Amino acid sequence: MAKDAMDAWRAKLRKIYGIYTSVFVLFVVSLWIFESMGLDPKFIGYAFLFGTIGVYAAIGIISRTSVVAEYYVAGRKVPAVFNGMATASDWMSAASFISMAGALYLQGYDGLAFIMGWTGGYVLLAVLIAPYLRKFGQYTIPDFLESRYGGKLPRLIGIICALIVSLAYLVAQITGVGIITSRFLGLTFEIGVFVGLSGILVCSFLGGMRAVTWTQVAQYIILIVAYMIPVVAISYKHTGVPIPQVMYGQALQVIEEKQKQIKDDPKEVEVREIWKKKADELNQKIKTLPDSWTKGKYELEEQIKTLPQDDPKRKEAEKALKVYPKSPEEAKKKWTTDMKTAQGMSKPPKSYVQPPTDSKGIMNFLALTFCLMVGTAGLPHILMRFYTTPTVKEARNSAAWALFFIFLLYFTAPAYAAFARSEILTNIVGQAFTALPAWATKWAGVGLITIKDLNGDGIIQFAEIRIHADAVVLATPEIAGLPYVIAGLIAAGGLAAALSTADGLLITMSNAISHDLYYKIINPNISPSTRVKIGKALLLVVAAIGAYIASHKLAIIVELVAWAFSLAAATFFPAVVFGIWDKRMNRAGAVAGMIVGLTVTLYYLIGSRFYGLDWFGIKTIASGIFGIPANIIVALIVSRLTKAPDPELQKFVDNIRYPKGAVGAGKEE
Amino acid sequence: MVEKEILERYWGETKKNMLIILFIWAIVSYGAALIASSLNSIVIFGFPLGYYMGAQGSIVVFVLLNLYNSVYQNKLDIKYDLAEEE
Repeated sequence: MAKDAMDAWRAKLRKIYGIYTSVFVLFVVSLWIFESMGLDPKFIGYAFLFGTIGVYAAIGIISRTSVVAEYYVAGRKVPAVFNGMATASDWMSAASFISMAGALYLQGYDGLAFIMGWTGGYVLLAVLIAPYLRKFGQYTIPDFLESRYGGKLPRLIGIICALIVSLAYLVAQITGVGIITSRFLGLTFEIGVFVGLSGILVCSFLGGMRAVTWTQVAQYIILIVAYMIPVVAISYKHTGVPIPQVMYGQALQVIEEKQKQIKDDPKEVEVREIWKKKADELNQKIKTLPDSWTKGKYELEEQIKTLPQDDPKRKEAEKALKVYPKSPEEAKKKWTTDMKTAQGMSKPPKSYVQPPTDSKGIMNFLALTFCLMVGTAGLPHILMRFYTTPTVKEARNSAAWALFFIFLLYFTAPAYAAFARSEILTNIVGQAFTALPAWATKWAGVGLITIKDLNGDGIIQFAEIRIHADAVVLATPEIAGLPYVIAGLIAAGGLAAALSTADGLLITMSNAISHDLYYKIINPNISPSTRVKIGKALLLVVAAIGAYIASHKLAIIVELVAWAFSLAAATFFPAVVFGIWDKRMNRAGAVAGMIVGLTVTLYYLIGSRFYGLDWFGIKTIASGIFGIPANIIVALIVSRLTKAPDPELQKFVDNIRYPKGAVGAGKEE
Repeated sequence: MVEKEILERYWGETKKNMLIILFIWAIVSYGAALIASSLNSIVIFGFPLGYYMGAQGSIVVFVLLNLYNSVYQNKLDIKYDLAEEE
């Protein structure tokens, strides 16, 4: 595009999204007015759900296209700032939005690995990868692997890795959509998934990358507004200054001081002793399986038989029997989890701000941070976004913008966590059970907060409170005393985060199959319009598979997402970076590196998770710490032992290293 | 076609820039994490410095590094006449 046309296009985009943002703010304010006039909260929830999904669908319809360059790379017309926003919401999933602050709350310093890991990767992206990928100027990462290394094999391995990395991630997003809609609207999980998926599909199906991009920008605006309002309000409530990012230092001081008191408080010690006893009992029961299982079941059945109908104890026994493990195997699983919880609760709270002191803890912290950083820079659905900018310069700038937009949320998350923790420590601990604040009662009702008077003294001890990670962000609006409309806003934000990520993943996977596998390997003779049609059909198939897996609600999904980072880090990242920075890297080296990286990482992931494998005490989540160096070392050695790449390929590398002569915006069919 | 010598000089400077940025990147994240315990004895506005570096300090530096990278590399493109035609 010519410079004038590009400037006009930028001005137009700014205007559209400016109007959009004001309309959104008006929408929230008017719902707030309706609420104060007595509108049922249920309808506020519906308004947010259908209002936002409606907008996404409308953007999808407006941006519908069947042109290849539009469908795959949004015509390469996405200016840096907007590509930054789209990348930010593509990147931030339900986990960043809802669970991350909770992880900080629960883990203290250890949780910071996620903050640094999920932002530091963007430095790697901007410096090592983004501008060069844009200069290369094709459509997918497997495209890059084939062009750089020659032959179909690198492409094929790229396809396999892209599918493995993206599927678990996609299922987690679909699950997130189901949870958010069911929690806030009372829809069943399955219907919630269906509604959410239709929102995702309308968009990507009609307009491919173009529609996904412009929807993601819209979703970013919603999610960042939703994230900021509650925490600004709670900062104002606690400190009188509405800048949470600066003011939570006070909360940190409160936390440290209160936790010191809790350590030696005799009542707290008493409750911790009860937890310890519980853990020991469970341990005993697990050791004596299956007899303990039979005995427990028999006892409950006896109680029901012998106790009179109206005895409350009988009701309790009936309830207990209902949730009693169905088999000794199930009992082992359940009791082990319970025992671990009890063990955790039996320890005094560790300092919120102190890093791990043992070398194992420090090593795991560093390893996890490293895997998350490198993994971030290797995720195919993120890398793909840098093909869509008009110029190489803007690809570079958009990586910087993306980090800035992500930074806005991550810079705020520690404040959420600290304010929530100080609120719990000051306004709940030490209160009478009868004087629980309303928000605690509400979230206890849905199981996100569990408070139980274990020692029977009528006063709440810290060791009697258990909190689910999601509760921190979800409950903050109520802690701050905000109207229900803000809770609805949070739901809309979480939904935006999950949907935008799901969109990006869905299109990555469908492209991997339709473009990389079918068009580039199996049948190169199809017409451009058929290519797009196949891509669209595959979107439906992949979405259906994702929804089917999500409907099983497997507990392991959350873990699998963390695995995706290690896998991406140990496969794509070295192959792409070597492809740009090491001219001597050849096909044999890159392929061997990817295969070894994938194998080593998978071996440790599965081995340490299921079979007790343990190398240097590294946890499963940081498995990439073995796969990344394995990939790098093998790639370097193999490439040096084999022939240097052809002069053609060397010229290719020279060419992607500088911006001049890149494919312009809107110049492809 | 770009002259080989120009490209080599351009790439040399790019490489140097990359190494400097990644060095700072590693210091503020991994370096700070390694000595976080001692940094925590310094408290500014209620923030123990070790915790602060992990929670906010490092990511502020990341943002600045990316900003610097953009400005520096964009200038470098022009210096060697390797920027895109507008």
